[in-house]
Amino acid sequence: MTTLDSSKEIQKNNSEVNETHEDFRMFGLITFLIADGMTFAGFFAAYLTYKAVNPLPDGAIYELELPIPTLNTILLLVSSATFHKAGKALLKDKNSDSQKWLFFTALLGIIFLICQLFEYFHLPFGLTDNLFASTFYALTGFHGLHVTLGTLMILIIAWQSRINGGRLTSQNMFPLEAVELYWHFVDGIWVILFIILYLL
Amino acid sequence: MTISIDPQKTNNESLQPKGWLRYFSFSLDHKVIGIQYLVCGFLFYLIGGTLASAIRIELASPMSDFMPRDVYNQVLTLHGTIMIFLWIVPVVNGAFGNYLIPFYVGARDMAFPRLNAVAFWLIPPSGLMLVASYFVDGAAQAGWTAYPPLSITTPQSGQIIWILSVLLLGGSSIFGGINFIATIIKLRRPGLKLMQLPMYCWAMLGTSLLVVLSTPVLAGTLILLSFDIIANTGFFNPVLGGNVVVYQHLFWFYSHPAVYIMVLPAFGLVSEILPVHARKPLFGYTTMVFSIMGIVVLGLVVWAHHMFTSGTPPWMRLFFTIATAFIAVPTGIKFFNWVATLWGGKISINSAMLFSCGFIINFVFGGITGVALAQVPFDIHVHDTYFVVAHFHYIVYGGTVFIIFSSIYHWFPKVTGKMLNEKLGILHFIITFIGFNLCFAPQHWLGLNGMPRRVAEYDPQFQFVNQISSLGALLMAISTIPFLINVLLSVRNGKDAGDNPWNALTPEWLTSSPPPVENWEGEAPLVEEPYGYGKEISEQK
Repeated sequence: MTTLDSSKEIQKNNSEVNETHEDFRMFGLITFLIADGMTFAGFFAAYLTYKAVNPLPDGAIYELELPIPTLNTILLLVSSATFHKAGKALLKDKNSDSQKWLFFTALLGIIFLICQLFEYFHLPFGLTDNLFASTFYALTGFHGLHVTLGTLMILIIAWQSRINGGRLTSQNMFPLEAVELYWHFVDGIWVILFIILYLL
Repeated sequence: MTISIDPQKTNNESLQPKGWLRYFSFSLDHKVIGIQYLVCGFLFYLIGGTLASAIRIELASPMSDFMPRDVYNQVLTLHGTIMIFLWIVPVVNGAFGNYLIPFYVGARDMAFPRLNAVAFWLIPPSGLMLVASYFVDGAAQAGWTAYPPLSITTPQSGQIIWILSVLLLGGSSIFGGINFIATIIKLRRPGLKLMQLPMYCWAMLGTSLLVVLSTPVLAGTLILLSFDIIANTGFFNPVLGGNVVVYQHLFWFYSHPAVYIMVLPAFGLVSEILPVHARKPLFGYTTMVFSIMGIVVLGLVVWAHHMFTSGTPPWMRLFFTIATAFIAVPTGIKFFNWVATLWGGKISINSAMLFSCGFIINFVFGGITGVALAQVPFDIHVHDTYFVVAHFHYIVYGGTVFIIFSSIYHWFPKVTGKMLNEKLGILHFIITFIGFNLCFAPQHWLGLNGMPRRVAEYDPQFQFVNQISSLGALLMAISTIPFLINVLLSVRNGKDAGDNPWNALTPEWLTSSPPPVENWEGEAPLVEEPYGYGKEISEQK
């Protein structure tokens, strides 16, 4: 077991040994996602506390329209399924199918972001109007940032899974698996956010 | 899935600088990164110490005559932030963790060497940024806690730079934590069981869990705080309908575990040092492990004991008092285990041992005042007074910093192959121990008599005791001189140490000193009994 890194010098007496070690990049990613989840947990806790103890000023609007966020929930859930399809296709060495599913997933992510922006522009309150408004924008904005990063990463791995010269193959699944796990995480956070922010 | 390493690819020595230059490079070697953490942290310790001296000079007289009051606020904010985020956390986690953990698990490096280097190189820029904020428009003035509304109403630029800097340092800390967890869980040498690991591994595992679970909450909180400052939102601004107590809850959800992030690794380090110099096995290994994990779990549910005066409802006070009192149990177990390790041992009185014993004495004192502070009626009386200042300096200086020095004396021969001068080391210990207690013990009395913390001026009746405290601070400042002379002389001209000057059994001593790149010539040794002292030679591995 070793962590020899490609850019590090190595001793002569070890250089003949072709050493291997277990791949624990996924383990590291899961640990990171737990940390990321704790950031959201802090935001959720703050939001729920405000809701419980900080009454809003008279006339403040805090009812949200449901159609767009419901559509967004469906979009993200479908995108999780399409991402899964992409992984299955790559496992069977069907790179072009995999690439199509990835582009479709990224498209769903982009539509989600457009819907989110549409909702922002049509809401009757702004960032600094009241405590509810500020928390709403902070929570959805922080989540939207995650979706944006996720979409960019999906586009990158879609490019990497091209048939000629792509580095993503059924032997090298890690980039796809990592982004997929991240994407499912972002979807899961959205479901919690949707329940807490829109339904409660 | 496994990753295979092509020996051809790994052999490009030309890319890595040699000698001392590698300490200024983006090196991926865990030993280089460990030393980078240590030296960088020590430089910030000197800056933070200078600021502390400025505070003690100001407090030598009751009037604010040494510096203006707003500068005093900046100095105490920078002092706290630098000492916590740039000296203790990086050194006691990053420096010793990076240097020792791969040896202890029998690996050639950390699990993610590149992430490791990134985590270190986040520290110097954010530290410099923090120090430089003083020269921009004045540094932050709201203390290391940055409580709103104070942090919202004081000058903005300093506070924003402070937030940015702490966010970067928090990121560095999280990357380090992920790396330690992966290294300890996943990178153990085949055949090495969890319950055979040296105690520092357990301490770092517990610490890293706390880092990963609590630091992100601080990051989120500081992002909200920066919105309040820049975008005029009202999360924590009562004028705009916000709630300052929510900030306190979120802040202490990180910052109470942060105390354990600072002190648990020190628990681990002292558990490595005592058995070597007392020539006895570590007493109660299993109870030590469970105590650490108990402290991790309890440490996450005691944060509101910092907020007993913040309008906290009675049920919350009751819960957090009881939870806090419970932490005394695992901590007490560890304390008795260390004493029992020393008991009847063949003790060498050297600098490493003296600093470790100093730690035990100071820490039990800080621990007792900690249990006292957990009691609501007492806490309300001394909240925000010098009693609290004395308490946490007994934990972080009398506890952790003593162990940092002890560890430097213990592992200096490992890192350099040279011994430190014992006479200078003992002189360093004596001045530090006297200076520290002279500085902070009188502050208990000041706090009990009602002297508030974080104020540049005070009632003239406290002047004499404050001057005693300042005299102690002067001794602490002087104590750095023999230490620096010792290190600078010994690193070149010290007595040759050999590979294992202490005849220690933990794995890092079973290779040459200083260790080769990749740690071992050939395969890593399997150490099943890291504390098997006092047995027949034939039984030892």
